[in-house]
Amino acid sequence: MSIALIDYGAGNLTSVRKALTHLGASFETPSSPAGLASSTGVIVPGVGNFAATAALGDEWRSAIADAVGRGRPLLGICLGLQWLFNGSTEAPALTGFGTMTGTCTRISNADGAGHFKVPHVGWNSLHVTRPSWLLEDIGEGDQVYFTHSYAAPVTVDCVASTTYGVEFASVVERDSICGVQFHPEKSGDVGLQILRNFLRRIG
Amino acid sequence: MLSKRIIACLDVRDGSVVKGINFEDLRRAGDPSALARRYNHEGIDEVVILDVTATIEKRKALADTIAAVAHEIFLPLCVGGGIRDEAHAEAAIEAGADKVSLNTAAIAHPALLSTLAKRYGNQAVIVAIDAKRQNDRFQIYVRSGQQPTERDAVEWAREAEDRGAGEILLTSIDRDGTKRGFDLPLTSAVSNAVSIPVIASGGAGTFDHFVDVFTAGLADAALAASIFHYTEHAVSDLKQHLREHGIPVRL
Repeated sequence: MSIALIDYGAGNLTSVRKALTHLGASFETPSSPAGLASSTGVIVPGVGNFAATAALGDEWRSAIADAVGRGRPLLGICLGLQWLFNGSTEAPALTGFGTMTGTCTRISNADGAGHFKVPHVGWNSLHVTRPSWLLEDIGEGDQVYFTHSYAAPVTVDCVASTTYGVEFASVVERDSICGVQFHPEKSGDVGLQILRNFLRRIG
Repeated sequence: MLSKRIIACLDVRDGSVVKGINFEDLRRAGDPSALARRYNHEGIDEVVILDVTATIEKRKALADTIAAVAHEIFLPLCVGGGIRDEAHAEAAIEAGADKVSLNTAAIAHPALLSTLAKRYGNQAVIVAIDAKRQNDRFQIYVRSGQQPTERDAVEWAREAEDRGAGEILLTSIDRDGTKRGFDLPLTSAVSNAVSIPVIASGGAGTFDHFVDVFTAGLADAALAASIFHYTEHAVSDLKQHLREHGIPVRL
C-alpha cells in the first residue's frame, strides 16, 4: 500500500521523490494504470506544456477516477493542478480531468504597466481565501516557489490565491482532491508542511 | 508580489567549496552540503553549484556533490560548469538538480537549448552569459571567461530565450571579484531585452549593491558567493535591508 506518483513524462520527478522520502512516505510510480488499484493516494506532478497531459489517456484517467471514488486523496502539482480543470488554452484540443470548472490561461498583466515577465518564476505569497485541510498550519502571506506561464482561474474551489499581474488560484481543493500551482518540494519548510498535510489526509 | 530572489553560489572543485571558506568547521570540511544547510537556515532562496574547473579540465559536474546538497535543501538547485551535452545535463538532473546552467556549450551548440527545454521544460534551462564591456557593447567570453567570442550579450540573451532558455544568469567579468557593485547598465540592458528572469552576478560587495541591482539594474534575482560565505547571517541581514528599502523579499 503506497502513494501512486504518476510519471507521464512531464518533467523530472527526482525532487518530488526526494521530498516524499524525506517525509517518510511510501510511494511508487506505477508503470500502468492497473498499478493504482492498491494506492493509498495519488500525486500527479508535472511541469511544462499542457500538451504533455495527453499522456494521461483514458485508462489512466479512469484508474485515477476509481482511486478518487474509493476516497483516496489526489494532489496535482503545477501542471497537475492545471490538469484538474477542464483544460488550458495552451493546448485547447485536450481536456483535463475536469474536477474543477474553468480553463487555465496564460498569465498576463491586467494593468498593463511596466516590463512584465512570463514565466512567473520565483517566490510569491499565498493569500488564503478559505479554510483548507491542505493548508493547515500555513499562514497568510507565506511564500512558495513558482515556475509557470499558465494559471488557473479563481473559482469556488480556490483555497489560496496568488497575484502576479492577475490573481490566480495557487491552491485548489474539493473534498479530497487538491492541487498546488507552485512546487511544494522546492518551497522549503512551507512546502514540506503542505506535503505533510496531504500525507496526513491519506492517514 | 513576486519576491526578488537571493541566490548563493557554491564554487566547487573536486567536491569541495573552493572560495570563501571562512568558517572553522567549513574550512575543515570544505563541505558544500554543510554550507547549503547554513544558507537554507539563513533564508536563501536558491542555490547554484558551479563546478569551477569543469569546463577547463573537461570534468562534468560532480553528481555526488549535487546529491549531497539536494539532500540538505528543499529549494531550487541549479548546477553549472562543464555541462556540454544532453548526457551531462541528464546526469546533473538525475542527481537532484532542478535546473542546469549552460555557458560555453550553449554558444557552441545553441540547438542544445531547445533539446533540453523540450525534455525538461524551459524552467530547467539556464543560459549563463559572461560578458565584458567592449566600447558601447557587451562582449561574451566563454571557457570560464578566458576566450572572447564575437557574440553580443544582449543579442545572445534574446536568441537564448527564443531557443528555450527559462532564465539568464548574467555575470559581469569586469565586476566579478571586485566588490564594486553589479554592472547595472549590462544587467538592465539584458533584462529589458528578454521576458525571462535575469539573475545578476559579479561585483556584490555591500547590501546596497543589491538594492541597486534590483532597482536601476532591473534584475529579478541576484547571485553572490563570498559576501555570504564570509559573514554569518548575511543572507537574513541582506533580506532585512532589502525590505527596508521597499524591495519585496521572502523573509
